[in-house]
Amino acid sequence: MSGSTLGLRGGTAPPSSRAAGAAVDPQIDRIVRTPEFQQLVAERTRFGLILTILMLVVYFGFIGLIAFDKSLMAVKVGGGTASLGLFMGVFVILFAFALTGIYVARANTRFDALSDALKRSVGQ
Amino acid sequence: MNRLLLGLVLATIAADAAYAAGPDLGAIQQSATNWPAIGMFLFFVVLTLGITYKAAKGTKSAADFYAAGGGISAGTNALAIAGDYMSAASFLGISGLVYTSGFDGLIYSTGFLVGWPIVLFLIAERLRNLGKFTFADVASFRLDQTSIRIISAVGTLVVVAFYLIAQMVGAGKLIQLLFGLPYLYAVIIVGVLMIVYVAFGGMKATTWVQVIKACLLLGGATFMAGAVLLKYGFNPETLFAASVQVHPKGDAIMAPGGLVSNPIEAISLGVGLMFGTAGLPHILMRFFTVSDAQAARKSVFYATGLIGYFYILTFIIGFGGIALLMSDPSYFKLGAAGTFDKLKDMIGGTNMVAVNLANAVGGPYFLGFISAVAFATILAVVAGLTLAGASAVSHDLYAQVIARGRTTEKHEVNLSKLSAVVIGIVAIYLGYVFENQNVAFMVGLAFAVAASCNFPVLAMSILWRGTTTWGALAGGLVGLISAVGMVVLSKAVWVVTFGNAAAIFPYDNPALFSMPLAFVTIWAVSSLDNSRRAQRERAAFEAQFVRSETGIGAVGAHAH
Repeated sequence: MSGSTLGLRGGTAPPSSRAAGAAVDPQIDRIVRTPEFQQLVAERTRFGLILTILMLVVYFGFIGLIAFDKSLMAVKVGGGTASLGLFMGVFVILFAFALTGIYVARANTRFDALSDALKRSVGQ
Repeated sequence: MNRLLLGLVLATIAADAAYAAGPDLGAIQQSATNWPAIGMFLFFVVLTLGITYKAAKGTKSAADFYAAGGGISAGTNALAIAGDYMSAASFLGISGLVYTSGFDGLIYSTGFLVGWPIVLFLIAERLRNLGKFTFADVASFRLDQTSIRIISAVGTLVVVAFYLIAQMVGAGKLIQLLFGLPYLYAVIIVGVLMIVYVAFGGMKATTWVQVIKACLLLGGATFMAGAVLLKYGFNPETLFAASVQVHPKGDAIMAPGGLVSNPIEAISLGVGLMFGTAGLPHILMRFFTVSDAQAARKSVFYATGLIGYFYILTFIIGFGGIALLMSDPSYFKLGAAGTFDKLKDMIGGTNMVAVNLANAVGGPYFLGFISAVAFATILAVVAGLTLAGASAVSHDLYAQVIARGRTTEKHEVNLSKLSAVVIGIVAIYLGYVFENQNVAFMVGLAFAVAASCNFPVLAMSILWRGTTTWGALAGGLVGLISAVGMVVLSKAVWVVTFGNAAAIFPYDNPALFSMPLAFVTIWAVSSLDNSRRAQRERAAFEAQFVRSETGIGAVGAHAH
């Protein structure tokens, strides 16, 4: 953490207008230490990780079932023509959309609130 | 058999819709000139050129050119993202795949969609907080500008080149078929229009062309799917039952077929589609066109909804094709005794299912409309790709690497416009050269490179404190070379193009191997890197981390 005073860029890098704003900033250290920042990062990282794993499990589970258990995917649902696999495929699509919705809802309320609290506490 | 099917499917996802007809390739006949389609397409061109003119007047600064001034709203950006993603390949290719194989079409639709949550959870907001115009801005935030910009720009240009060739050849073939224009004319029209959009209108024009096309495509597909469902009392079950009755494979179309009989291949394809989405430069650029991280986040949510909705429509359209076209001989090339193969003899090949269905449900004018939309789709996608390529040349290679930051904004933008012109001319030339080559593997390769070079470099530089310049550079190179190398050694190139007897690399999709290789290399080389620069770079992570997580200090794309 103390390293933030060492500067942001590799030694040979040319100056650029973009990085100038983010240059050596003692405030960084203060922000990192605030409970709001730590809570925001911990919560968001955990939440993002859980949702990512859910997506991976659902999608690769779907692909895995197609690869390894085709007969299960062919089972008819409710005695009709549509198969279980078809419902699962549509489910994967809806699930992906729902996950993004859940993340956005959480981010709009909880994470933005934490972020605003953080900005207030560091006077931004 | 599995190989063959996968090859066919790869062929299908390449925008190269007509090529995917496979055996029909040599026999593509230039059809009669389709005036309603040409008329509607001309209307689209006039409209988009008007927008380009207006955008050009408002495009002054670099921020205007690369990022539309950062003034695109979340909803508009979502339409543009969805537009970039809904290529002619998705529309014609997936509905054609559903037509021939039923359920298997859904495997691609899901694969194309599930990358979006990953983009949202890991990339979108951090990208907006850290970057300005290109994803290299982000990857090089605390790393060495020169090295990281070079590897990012190379990754970008390779992705853009393969994607662009596939689109150009696809465009030429498709337009030949739909409009009755000669191949070369079609390629030149596409190339010239994309140069005009990008060079004059920059990101603003590119975005609005994409938005208009997305609306037209979604509207057209909705109408078509609605018309199909209307005929079956809005009961999908009735549609499926009717389809199973006329399809030669019968009930088998409701279950997985041969597409995924090799699990490794299937998973590798899935990895490429999922993580490739998070590394496509023309998609990543769109996160810099919105005002802040909130808007970036919302645009992914809306875009995921639009894209998912679109894939469900293509599924219905594919089944509509089965139910409504298969028993109508007028859509097929008839054999001697008036017989035809429902799967092979469709006029124009099975990629024309959606186009023929448009005629069946809406008559010749709707057919013209859908043809025009297909053309517009290709045009909008190539414009986005060209802008991404031009930005990599001017903003990353020229401004940061060659001029070492000592250039003016005006000069950089002019160079970008020039790059767009050069990329356009090269694309026309390549489209011409590759007319009769196998380009079907190129979109798959573009996704594999995006997943194996761009995504690991970006993700590791943002998320892992330990990443150093040497690590990112080595990992990016390893990912790029291994993805391209494995595809060259696979059946699609080694056997089909080079004519060797057997493939050296046994799978068509390299991402399952090349992407982890890139991540491991970044980790290993970074861990071994104990140079003073590496120590500074690790120390600088903190500042990057604060900005990526909170947006404090983030640069807006607004001109200052």
